[in-house]
Amino acid sequence: MTLYSILYKRTGVKCILSGLSALSVATLLSLSGPVLASEADKKELTIYTYDSFVADWGPGPAIKENFEAQCDCTVNFVAIDDGVGILSRIQLEGENGQADLILGLDTNLTQEAKETGLLAPHGLTVEQLAPVAAALPVAWEDEVFLPFDYGFFAFVYDKDSLTEPPTSLKELVDGPADQKILIQDPRTSTPGLGLMLWVKAVYGDEAPAAWEKLAEKAVTITKGWSEAYGLFLEGEAPMVLSYTTSPAYHMVVDNDERYKAAAFSEGHYMQVEVAARLKNASEPELAQEFLTFMLSPGFQEAIPTGNWMYPVIDLKDSLPAAFETLVDPAVPLQFSPEEVKESRKDWVAEWLQAVAK
Amino acid sequence: MSRPAGWRPIAWLLPGCGTLAFLLALTGLSMGGLLRQAPEINFSEVLADPYIRQVTLFTFWQAVLSTLLSVGLAIPVARALARRRRFLGRSLLLRLFSLALVTPAIVAIFGIVAIHGRQGWLNQVLGAIGLDGGNYLYGLTGILIAHVFFNLPLASRVLLQSLETIPPETWRLAAQLGMRPRDVFRFIDWPVIRQALPGLAGLIFMLCFTSFAVVLTLGGGPRSTTLEVAVYQALKFEFDLGKAVLLALLQLGLCSVIALGVLRFGRVENMISGERRFFERPDRRTWGGQLVDGGALIGAVGLVVLPLSAVAAAGFNDKLWRVLADPGLWRAAGQSGAIALTSAALSLVLGWGILTSSRALRHRLFHLRSASLLEVSGSITLIVPPFVLAAGLFVLLRQWSDVFSLGFYLVILINALMALPFVLRILGSAMHQAAEEDERLCQSLGIAGRRRLTIIDWPKLRRPAALALAIAATLSLGDLSVIALFGTQDFQTLPLLLYQRMGSYRLDEAAVVAAFLAVFCLLLFVGLERLFGAPTKDQQL
Repeated sequence: MTLYSILYKRTGVKCILSGLSALSVATLLSLSGPVLASEADKKELTIYTYDSFVADWGPGPAIKENFEAQCDCTVNFVAIDDGVGILSRIQLEGENGQADLILGLDTNLTQEAKETGLLAPHGLTVEQLAPVAAALPVAWEDEVFLPFDYGFFAFVYDKDSLTEPPTSLKELVDGPADQKILIQDPRTSTPGLGLMLWVKAVYGDEAPAAWEKLAEKAVTITKGWSEAYGLFLEGEAPMVLSYTTSPAYHMVVDNDERYKAAAFSEGHYMQVEVAARLKNASEPELAQEFLTFMLSPGFQEAIPTGNWMYPVIDLKDSLPAAFETLVDPAVPLQFSPEEVKESRKDWVAEWLQAVAK
Repeated sequence: MSRPAGWRPIAWLLPGCGTLAFLLALTGLSMGGLLRQAPEINFSEVLADPYIRQVTLFTFWQAVLSTLLSVGLAIPVARALARRRRFLGRSLLLRLFSLALVTPAIVAIFGIVAIHGRQGWLNQVLGAIGLDGGNYLYGLTGILIAHVFFNLPLASRVLLQSLETIPPETWRLAAQLGMRPRDVFRFIDWPVIRQALPGLAGLIFMLCFTSFAVVLTLGGGPRSTTLEVAVYQALKFEFDLGKAVLLALLQLGLCSVIALGVLRFGRVENMISGERRFFERPDRRTWGGQLVDGGALIGAVGLVVLPLSAVAAAGFNDKLWRVLADPGLWRAAGQSGAIALTSAALSLVLGWGILTSSRALRHRLFHLRSASLLEVSGSITLIVPPFVLAAGLFVLLRQWSDVFSLGFYLVILINALMALPFVLRILGSAMHQAAEEDERLCQSLGIAGRRRLTIIDWPKLRRPAALALAIAATLSLGDLSVIALFGTQDFQTLPLLLYQRMGSYRLDEAAVVAAFLAVFCLLLFVGLERLFGAPTKDQQL
């Protein structure tokens, strides 16, 4: 009512205002009607993925174009904050979800995702998977999930503002408290989850103490990778949790050598990103076709310079030269999907508690 | 008792009872949904869980601090406004205070980020003189700044009104006795302020205790999370139904206790008794007083007016046309508008239903107790936080359907319930006043039913009804609570869009969305008021 009196007293143009607002309301109401499917006869493949995958600069647009050229269908990417969010989303939706495929979980979540009973086997044969077996550093035996890229987590820094980066995780943890970093939340983001497991792999039962020190250094804990990396590029902190492959982006796109990944002596936690189709998919054949397509050059060539990760098949010359100059982790660290499934809840609870202190 | 023609108790009681049944069924279903998911809750175990304990403590702690700060700062501000009745911009300041009360939370939060963020105005000013403010916004500090923004204006206005009830005789006496400013405060101001304090502090505490949007955006991680946000995170981040239910029940329990406490201390409108009178206070001319008042007013401007101006100023940047050309913005605006109008209409219908019956109970049957009980039942969302209600319906419905496709309707429903207490308050007092004037006339002439509505009630009540509708629509339009749970790529509202833009730190785009939402709220408010309110006469409310 106070708002009203301000306006009432002040405006001689109240009639115009009310006419305008009535008009805008009417327009908006008509706009808000259901968005009709563009072409009714075309099939639609709905894929849940994370936001940076479908960003203009991400691999999504090229992949959509390439697949639509061969499938006579429409690919509908639904962006969800980050990888872990995709799993929560299909769990929340249960059997009544809209997705045909989920793309962007990593091996840390596969066991838990399989136990929801919502997913269907990928159905690809050993022969079909042979190129993957040759390119991927780890053996692939999963019958539900297929890998589409891999990489190693690393702290990326700006060498102009940080001249002596830490050389190990322990050095980072024990470093000065004003050494600010940007990290992600393991409850929503796969890099965040990766860091939690990385710390667990290095520190074991001492992880909570290490987290208390790390949390001191965190400027903020973001929901997803994109937010943290965006803040890093704006100079909010000199270091961000990302991938060993991130500097390649700046070398190729910006022609900028400023950003480096810090090599840690304990090794780097490895991430294999995966996709699977849903049991209740409304377009099961299309989903299956997409999974096969995912391991072909039409998809994989978009990965190095779109998602800035390693492809899971040998791309030969299509891999940018910048990838040769990156930190090569001597020791890839990884928990098995079963181990993560067994302990993720407890470790997240432990993390929450340590970080909230 | 004689019963004139046209008086059918059932017809009068049906709307209220129907609404009540609807509210109870909804709450019951939601509670049932929560309890079914948590068959065996061991409360001692819950209380021992360190994370839940931490969250609960933080929820209390931030609410206590916010209340102390808001009320503590409001006392000097209210006194300054009472002492200085004529200074340039006084009425503008009071109007901006009112504006702060109705600004959508997320818009105000944007304004606060624009002032206090890393790249904000304050850091730029500090940077210019070679200081570094650092990153202080995210966390407890940010939450407190935002809560003070919303509650300082409220508290200042309430306290100013109570100070204005001090009769002129008191001031004459104080002048004759030559009381020093300190004694004036101690013996005259403070007793009046103290009367208003419990109700005011209780209300602010309750608002801060259940605050969602502020904590979600400025909380900055697990360190500063409140119960309401923890319910959201348990559902949406972790898909931990058990934990979500536990937290929701805990929140519900604590809220009921606090709400009962607040009700006991009396409502805000009862805090001010007596006529407002204005008198030149004798304590306004001292140097110290002028200094203190100046400081208080400058502080209030900094805390409340600056963020509001930041919203207006930041909206005009080079991203303006790009954002306005984005069809996503217009789709969100359309969906927001549709939600706001539908939920406001629903809220008005529910409120009218309750009030029609409570009027009959009060003025015909003289069941005063049941009348006020019926009215109180409409304020159910003050005890059951909307988010808990949404969480319950969410876990219940997901068994049968894709909850996200129902999100649109759930948001409408819950927004309507959220606005209901306001509708009841605005429409209620007008309805009772009208009833006192017209009830006997209607009774003796046998005017009832639709005829009473169109001939007697509507002409008198259209203005308050339009106001209630406008306020409900504006509240719903600016709301960021349950939409955070149900929103998807295809179902977005403007507040959610703004939250996401801020979440990805695209502040230029966020600025445009914030200004757009603020303008939309104003237009919607004025439009509804003008469309349905009386078109003629001076209608000062």
